[in-house]
Amino acid sequence: MAKTHVTMRVNGAEVEGLVEPRTLLVHFIRENLQMTGTHIGCDTTHCGACTVDLNGMSVKSCTVLAVQAEGAEISTIEGMANADGTLSALQEGFRMMHGLQCGFCTPGMIVRAHRLLQENTSPTEEEIRFGIAGNLCRCTGYQNIVRAIQYAAAKINGVEFQEAAE
Amino acid sequence: MNDMTPTREEREARLEGMGCKRKRVEDVRFTQGKGNYVDDVKLPGMLHGDFVRSPHAHARIKSINTEKALKIPGVLAVLTAETLKTVNLAWMPTLAGDVQMVLADGKVLFQNQEVAFVVATDRYTADDGINAVEVEYEPLPPLVDPFKSMNSDAQILREDIKDKKDGAHGPRKHPNHIFEWTVGDKDLTDAAFKKADVTIKELISYHRVHPSPLETCQCVCSFDKVKGELTIYGTFQAPHVIRTVVALIAKLPEQKIHVISPDIGGGFGNKVGAYPGYICAAVATIVTGKSVKWVEDRMENLTTTSFARDYHMTTEIAATKEGKVTGLRVHVLADHGAFDACADPSKWPAGFFNIVTGSYDFPAAHLTVDGVYTNKAPGGVAYRCSFRVTEAAYCIERGMDILAQKLGMDPAELRLKNFIKPEQFPYHSALGWEYDSGDYATAMKKAMETTQYAALRREQAAKREAFKRGETREIMGIGVSFFTEIVGAGPSKNCDILGIAMFDSCEIRMHPTGTGIARMGSKSQGQGHETTWAQIIATEIGIPADNIMVEEGNTDTAPYGLGTYGSRSTPVAGAAIAMAARKIKAKAQMIAAYKLEVHEDDLEWDIDGFRVKGLPEKFLGMKDICWIAYNSPPPGLEPGLEAVSYYDPPNMTYPFGAYICVMDIEVDTGVYKVRRFYALDDCGTRINPMIIEGQVHGGLTEAFAIAMGQEIHYDNEGNVLGGSFMDFFLPTAVETPHWETDFTVTPSPHHPIGAKGVGESPNVGGVPAFSNAVNDAFSFLGATHIQMPHDFWRNWKAAKQLGLIKDAAFAA
Repeated sequence: MAKTHVTMRVNGAEVEGLVEPRTLLVHFIRENLQMTGTHIGCDTTHCGACTVDLNGMSVKSCTVLAVQAEGAEISTIEGMANADGTLSALQEGFRMMHGLQCGFCTPGMIVRAHRLLQENTSPTEEEIRFGIAGNLCRCTGYQNIVRAIQYAAAKINGVEFQEAAE
Repeated sequence: MNDMTPTREEREARLEGMGCKRKRVEDVRFTQGKGNYVDDVKLPGMLHGDFVRSPHAHARIKSINTEKALKIPGVLAVLTAETLKTVNLAWMPTLAGDVQMVLADGKVLFQNQEVAFVVATDRYTADDGINAVEVEYEPLPPLVDPFKSMNSDAQILREDIKDKKDGAHGPRKHPNHIFEWTVGDKDLTDAAFKKADVTIKELISYHRVHPSPLETCQCVCSFDKVKGELTIYGTFQAPHVIRTVVALIAKLPEQKIHVISPDIGGGFGNKVGAYPGYICAAVATIVTGKSVKWVEDRMENLTTTSFARDYHMTTEIAATKEGKVTGLRVHVLADHGAFDACADPSKWPAGFFNIVTGSYDFPAAHLTVDGVYTNKAPGGVAYRCSFRVTEAAYCIERGMDILAQKLGMDPAELRLKNFIKPEQFPYHSALGWEYDSGDYATAMKKAMETTQYAALRREQAAKREAFKRGETREIMGIGVSFFTEIVGAGPSKNCDILGIAMFDSCEIRMHPTGTGIARMGSKSQGQGHETTWAQIIATEIGIPADNIMVEEGNTDTAPYGLGTYGSRSTPVAGAAIAMAARKIKAKAQMIAAYKLEVHEDDLEWDIDGFRVKGLPEKFLGMKDICWIAYNSPPPGLEPGLEAVSYYDPPNMTYPFGAYICVMDIEVDTGVYKVRRFYALDDCGTRINPMIIEGQVHGGLTEAFAIAMGQEIHYDNEGNVLGGSFMDFFLPTAVETPHWETDFTVTPSPHHPIGAKGVGESPNVGGVPAFSNAVNDAFSFLGATHIQMPHDFWRNWKAAKQLGLIKDAAFAA
């Protein structure tokens, strides 16, 4: 099948590649760019493991063609750490609050939560739960993911993280 | 002592040993997208394999034409059953002693069954190849209802064994019959029923579901023709078992097979079995000489690689009028699908279902299980479950509620009246198990106090009156569940997989600088073994957990183990760790005695080293002992500090718990709201409370999904209706309730550190708690048992059947 040349910025770096028109963005990221942090968990756009940030929006990269991302600004899990290589507030929050187990949904969850906290700097529990409803987790039951995002929000806002009483 | 000397508390804290909420070491890579899962493995020149699958549930294959597919550039091979026959691999043995088609041989027996395997340069081209393979089918009538499997006029599904009178587990009564399994004393049980004041009988079904971990099943097979070595990266919960099975069926020398389970994205039982994809990828790499990757998509995962449950349990309980249970009789019709690929220890065709007497002191019980074939996907895996324990717990916990309703007793009171008492342990159940330890009444009472159970019942009584007066359309249910699990398979005297005894193992190798590596026969899929195993070692030998690296999943380096499923890792591998650590400690004590110039008996262990009794200043720490062990061991003692332990457990462990669910249901819509869910778990000694709590949250969420909506349903034609996340319910953060966790601690008396399994308890106990809440809500309106799953529509249907829906538009 004839291939098309695409260019985009991923985690701040200019990247390019030859793809078939049908190549999904997630496969371009995983196979061509060999950035395997973005995962695939379903074929119906339900699970959100493949979530990336595309032009300032959370997008499921299994439902976008690579050619549609021509010229786009993309962030993946590999671009989430602080500039000095330390864990970001969200990454730290997931670790501190035990917001992950098998780790398979985690990249999509963190990338989604990253955008959520840009959209709403101090979300309530309900807003967080609604905000991550496009990302499925089979291990944690979400409760600690909610706490992880609250932890990160508090840290970013410079306030002390207060755990809600059970 | 000067100011710099750490206190005892500081030395303890520095270890981050057992009981500590240690943060997970795995998370540093997982939060940065640096995990290494199977689909991340990319070998030079790697090909992709994918399946042509049957659209029919039951059909004869008249022809398979691969010509057009092979003409597509990039399609290198198409394997069919005929190809596999040349290497004698068209069929493979199952864990349950049956055989299963790897690729359809003459006919297909379930929808989406593997028919041909297309190998191509990339996954897109493989898909083109699939679409170009032409298969001509002659549809046959499907057999979907397991209750019709043994009818005299039933279509015979398995022509390959139609004349076999005996299966792997004894005589077969019908060509579609797999086994009959009987446990208990029939005469004693019949007598108990004859004498009973009160009896109940109910068909309690536990529907077909699927574990659906977020990462599907997948593998990369790579054959080195020169060396004759086969390397398999795979999503295997039991890598060593896979190696041995491959050696046996592919006739390859076992030392030339390297099985690697890298990071696994959840398992929940799905990744225990051997699937056609693994065999086809292995054959394809041998045929093509190139590495071959097979990654199933979600639809393939949900519809082909295993299912769980599908048990239809006719349950009878006999009791006195005061509510003392006297007998239990259960018959199970087990739908195994087209092949018996049930993942149980080989001698147990229905797993440990004979734990069905639960937490109660039944003087007599009798159990029969009939396994049958249908035109459905094979499987029967332990979905977050220790081999059919979830089914058993659901059966008895629903049964006890039905009995309570008939007796007019409170369900919690009935349970308290019938619990096995602490002084009865070790307790021998009527169906053959020896329960190790338990204090059920304490746990139940703590749960009732914390949730203010009595007040909840008063509120419910008031709401019921209000409902009857027409003041509300909302009903309230309180679901009580008290489960006893049986985990830690298992003692070699009764547990094996295809003859491989179910021990587990640990090898600890200490390094001269006071750090070490522990290699395990277990394999984490998210349970956090790299974190918790190091905690056990830290407490046992006084080396900080941070200085112990835990490695799992490489069969070349790990000691042989049976893997992780059925909550067996802490009971079996966890014990092996403690025993290996104690061997290290014993040698360390010899070294310390020599260096401190005392007899070994004059030493006492003190957190992180040995101290001479009565002379507190004479102390040698483990870190220093590690150096001495290599560089200046006592004369006559060989250098080094390492140990291996293979642990064959003397018994299973029996975790238990008390769960209470409070739910409100709007009868006109069936919409429910889980108001409160309280889970008290007793898993004995707690290694990492943070991880235990996380496991409970996750298991409860899976239980919630199963009880309230998840189902792999088939229509009358054998079409699978739950084949994607569109139709198969996985709760999001919005639907998932808030979980309250609690605990008691009753250590296992036979386990080296007193620990029991916990990962599966919340699924085992959670499902009956939800289902009992729904049934409890409807019980005052005349319902006895409403089948799961309890989604909005079915709740509404239940209300309608009870005559509660008055709207003319919905009138019957």
